[in-house]
Amino acid sequence: MQSERRVPINSAADIVTARQNGRALAMEMGFDGSDLTLIATAISEVARNIVDHAEHGEILLAPVNNGNKYGIAIMARDQGPGIPDVPRAMQYGYSTRKGLGVGLPGAKWLMDEFEIDTKVGKGTTVTMKKWLH
Amino acid sequence: MHVPVLKQGGYLIASIQSVLSDADLLQLRDDLADRVGTFRSRGVIIDVTVLDVIDSFATRTLRAIAHMLKLRGAETVIVGIQPDVAFAMVQLGLTLEGVGTALDLEEGLVYLGRLTKRTLHAK
Repeated sequence: MQSERRVPINSAADIVTARQNGRALAMEMGFDGSDLTLIATAISEVARNIVDHAEHGEILLAPVNNGNKYGIAIMARDQGPGIPDVPRAMQYGYSTRKGLGVGLPGAKWLMDEFEIDTKVGKGTTVTMKKWLH
Repeated sequence: MHVPVLKQGGYLIASIQSVLSDADLLQLRDDLADRVGTFRSRGVIIDVTVLDVIDSFATRTLRAIAHMLKLRGAETVIVGIQPDVAFAMVQLGLTLEGVGTALDLEEGLVYLGRLTKRTLHAK
């Protein structure tokens, strides 16, 4: 059984570590070629979101079951400033910083499930899942 | 990891050898902007064959490199984007608008040959 992995995110260099861990876990779970790349890319985007907006946080990676579905869950958690306007943050091309405004909406497109839980002043948790087909 | 840049005639070839951090990509941008001047290069090939992820930051940086080098008088071609990476980029809505791309190093050289020849004719 594959175990959970936790990657602390404190600098841009940790983004690479997070997506390598995600790819490794997904590969052990049986994901293949293009799915591995989609998962690694989505992790890259949410990890970058932590570095750009909250500076510190963590990525948790774990296998997940839902009825007869089996997949990978990725949680990106920070105690940063939070997102005041989630619908706007999820608009493609909208960015408060230097980014392309692609990160969060892009990650959503890459995965099967995507949820944001955020509170201004408290932090943000992005949870996303990809099911093994 | 630092990206080696080789001089090949009038061209520079940046051959990415392993996964790159954001800092490595920015370093590559600065190295290339310097070297097209030092070597008076007319074209630059960036080989991304080994990259397993090209996310929004990498796309933006590659685009910035190509546009900067154009302002320095050199054409850029990105070669070796893998099929899975291309798929993920399309899913993310990322484009390398205005940046030359080619299948591999060989095609990249052909591409630059065509472009830089045209520039010579225009003179």
